[in-house]
Amino acid sequence: MLPKEYRTITDLSGPLMVVEKTIDVRYDELVEISLSNGEKRRGRVLEISTDRALVQVFEGTTGIDLESTKVRFMGKVLMIPVSKDILGRIFNGRGEPIDDGPAIIPEKHLDINGYPINPYSRDYPSEFIQTGISTIDGMNPIVRGQKLPIFSGSGMPHNKIAAQIARQATVLGTGEAFAVVFAAMGITFEEASFFMDDLRRTGAIDRAVMFLNLADDPAIERITTPRLALTCAEYLAFELDMHVLVILTDMTNYCEALREISAARKEVPGRRGYPGYLYTDLATMYERAGRLRGYTGSITQLPILTMPEDDITHPIPDLTGYITEGQIILNRGLHRRGIYPPVDVLPSLSRLKDKGIGKGKTREDHADLLNQLFAAYARGKEAKELATILGEGALTENDKAFADFADKFEDKYVRQGEYEDRSILETLELGWELLAPLPLTELKRVRDEYIEKYLKPKRQDSQSQDERVIEVG
Amino acid sequence: MGEEARKQQIKGSISRISGPLVVASGMAGASMYDVVRVGDLGLVGEIIELKGDNAFIQVYEETSGLKPKEPVISTGAPLSVELGPGLIEQFFDGVQRPLKIIESEAQSPYITRGIDVPALDRRKQWEFIPKVQVGELVSSGDVLGVVQETVLVEHRIMVPIGIEGRVKSIKEGKNTVEEVIAEVEGKEGNVYKITMMQRWPVRFPKPVAKRLNPEVPLLTGQRVLDMFFPVSRGGTACVPGPFGSGKTVIQHQLAKWADAEIVVYVGCGERGNEMTDVLLEFPQLPDPRSGQPLMKRTVLIANTSNMPVAAREASVYTAITIAEYYRDMGYSVALMADSTSRWAEALREISGRLEEMPGEEGYPAYLGTRLASFYERAGRCVCLGEDGREGAISVIGAVSPPGGDLSEPVSQNTLRVTKVFWGLDASLAYQRHFPAINWLNSYSLYTDVLGEYWDERYDGEWSSQRTEAMSLLEEEAQLLEIVRLVGIDALSREERLILETAKSIREDFLHQNAFHEIDTYASMDKQFKMLRNILTFHRTAMDALKRGADIKKLFELPVREEIARMRYIAEENLESLDQLETEIRSQINKIIPTGGDNYAA
Repeated sequence: MLPKEYRTITDLSGPLMVVEKTIDVRYDELVEISLSNGEKRRGRVLEISTDRALVQVFEGTTGIDLESTKVRFMGKVLMIPVSKDILGRIFNGRGEPIDDGPAIIPEKHLDINGYPINPYSRDYPSEFIQTGISTIDGMNPIVRGQKLPIFSGSGMPHNKIAAQIARQATVLGTGEAFAVVFAAMGITFEEASFFMDDLRRTGAIDRAVMFLNLADDPAIERITTPRLALTCAEYLAFELDMHVLVILTDMTNYCEALREISAARKEVPGRRGYPGYLYTDLATMYERAGRLRGYTGSITQLPILTMPEDDITHPIPDLTGYITEGQIILNRGLHRRGIYPPVDVLPSLSRLKDKGIGKGKTREDHADLLNQLFAAYARGKEAKELATILGEGALTENDKAFADFADKFEDKYVRQGEYEDRSILETLELGWELLAPLPLTELKRVRDEYIEKYLKPKRQDSQSQDERVIEVG
Repeated sequence: MGEEARKQQIKGSISRISGPLVVASGMAGASMYDVVRVGDLGLVGEIIELKGDNAFIQVYEETSGLKPKEPVISTGAPLSVELGPGLIEQFFDGVQRPLKIIESEAQSPYITRGIDVPALDRRKQWEFIPKVQVGELVSSGDVLGVVQETVLVEHRIMVPIGIEGRVKSIKEGKNTVEEVIAEVEGKEGNVYKITMMQRWPVRFPKPVAKRLNPEVPLLTGQRVLDMFFPVSRGGTACVPGPFGSGKTVIQHQLAKWADAEIVVYVGCGERGNEMTDVLLEFPQLPDPRSGQPLMKRTVLIANTSNMPVAAREASVYTAITIAEYYRDMGYSVALMADSTSRWAEALREISGRLEEMPGEEGYPAYLGTRLASFYERAGRCVCLGEDGREGAISVIGAVSPPGGDLSEPVSQNTLRVTKVFWGLDASLAYQRHFPAINWLNSYSLYTDVLGEYWDERYDGEWSSQRTEAMSLLEEEAQLLEIVRLVGIDALSREERLILETAKSIREDFLHQNAFHEIDTYASMDKQFKMLRNILTFHRTAMDALKRGADIKKLFELPVREEIARMRYIAEENLESLDQLETEIRSQINKIIPTGGDNYAA
């Protein structure tokens, strides 16, 4: 039986539409809208009272009129058809194939909103992912099942970094099934084709699923795009046992679409006009990352967002940071100085690192070394700041050694090539090498045995090369 | 009973759905905060506003798929929790459904809807040991008997509130929570049948006999907290900080090491993985006092950020009611709420849907009173019952201010009611100084009263040490200001020493590694001796400077490295800290120039 057809649209405003005299319409139900020119659009029920439904139109309300447009309520929420053939395919932001390939023959249909994961059923993420980027592997290690956003700004190479991670990410000692799910929200054609070309060139496209909502596609569609991507990711991870890396870019555009709807509904705004439920809404997506007890697969999320005016206290990065398990922050200063990847090590953080590193995962000294590098770099930056105010002369011998360290750290450790894939052991050794010239009494974050085992050999090397350091030590 | 039966019949139908808010008509006769079942699926909800015969209901489950005209049935009772043996070691959602059972009922790792499972296991049998005899007079709060709930917790079965009379029968041995274990005959000859399980509405505080002032410290094993900003048993503390400043790590550290007998941990609108971490780690970690797994004294409540928002609002009430129940048994309970900001946001979301006039930043105008009445449920008290036992609830609430800006409403309203403020600082976190508690702007209003407590135990030196260390840090801040302006050369040798000592206090004492097996916990003895050694170095070195010692030599003494490694000394070898103190004096004395009592600057 075909669902009842309504011609009772009474209000149209922005992305919203009011339909009256409705019977038996469900909250959150999928809506099909037929325009007089035969075009079909879709929407969902945002609010429902006894005989009146408020509908959000995904593709926007342009061209819809009050007289001839017909509305059908489909009796189900928005579903996406999935099968293992989605791998290697490209879809638009509504989930329709745009790569001239055949339609997906569905194995099943899945509700794109998903359900909250029972915290009891989660498994704690603890498998180290080697990305080949020192500032991530060495300083902010990612583990499988983590959600770690990249906080960037306009004009910075966040896309290159995301592509490099997608290319290089491996788990130590395994060759398991791996897939990339890519959701683009409001990015330009150029940015999207950069990802597509990169995936094609490396052959990774065969194990990737792409959802593209470009800058000229309807903004409202962006609400759906990441949910489609995450539903596919869940299917790949927990039904096909794959390890899935989800890249969501750019979350800022998503949040702006959400604000647009909220404003159209005349809701009481929270900070900067974003709705009060922005936190909850973002959480329903970010929390779809993780591992499940008794399942092989995992979902690791790498959302990218551009901070308006590089302001980390802006609601979007702020709320994201409260939900995600750390953040990788890019720094414009480093970028200007030509350092790639311009990862600002000090404010960046990976919350799940402690379970993913150490003996049997990376190496026993990893945690101590990481803490020491952080502390030394922070102190070096401080010393350099002091030197710019008072001149080099005001620095103590120790401060000079740390200032020197900070420079070398940025030049050798942070800087690396776009195609340079450093193993974790290389990264760790590099860290010890940089620490070697520093005075021993100042290295309080490292256990004695590691100093003996890892630092002392390097010290001898560097001392024979460079006489100067003896005075400092 | 007749009243309840009448309420049971109240049956309306849905007239509007907007996210977690459902409006039902035909609900005349229902009461505020009654629990209702919504729709064909029977979703759990609570009435939060009544207008005519329309009831505004916040629904604790996802409302997607509901439609108008579906039935809404009132249960006639307010939102309540089940209290009885079996709470400890459990992992509940915000409305006290055990998540483990939800998993097996749903047969899925996802939380599906309309699952109705009891909070307490109905089949499990508990060995009940009576403490009263037939014929004895009992009243509310008296202990009828005990059940060994876990190796660490003796669960005391109390006479429920409002019951008084003579024990008519009492049943020793194995019982389930629903079986009658005692009968009490009231004054009018009516007989109350008492089971091991009671119910209590979450929004009402449980009564106590008398409230007391908090005077005993709640030890946490964290140096910056115990020594500098202590919290007392029955006290309230708040931990505001921007993301990444280590709120959750502090909450976890407290849940692990606080010397409370019962810990209730509520993850309110936070990350799922964090709860999993607690769940996997606590059964493994031994309690430093008993050696038993920490889980044996812990109740976990989780409403993660992706779970329904209305249940988040309920979760802190569920938690504090369970805490009150154990307090009534005479225990010291610590409740950690992470994070109260998410709870306030849930209030804001529901308030917005009710189209209430917003207060500051869209939060409802009653935010302040709600927060205050929650924190006021903490405290030390004499419990009901004739034995006059004492219990306490300490509440530690994390606050997540947007952008780390404390001027926002949730932080401000929290600061007004809590007594201890542990201010987390992003710049400390960037330097990896953890716990990133700023020593200059944090405070504890319990310092005086707890200072007296510790001075009795440490020959009156505890408070003076604390004050000395704090003023050194204060001086450091001022000196650093000078250094920033005119350079380190402008400082005198004494001032250089103050800077070194303050740095030592920061790096060797305040900094504490939560992930190091020894450093993660420090007893008060260890804390006291560590700080004493740092200050001994300072005083002796200051003296040596005045007698002409070389400052560079002082800073390069080998004993300085030992001070830096004090934190790694195990609790069993604390006497080595005493030896270190002697060593400090002897090494410094050796570098004082002979015959050099004259001041040689």
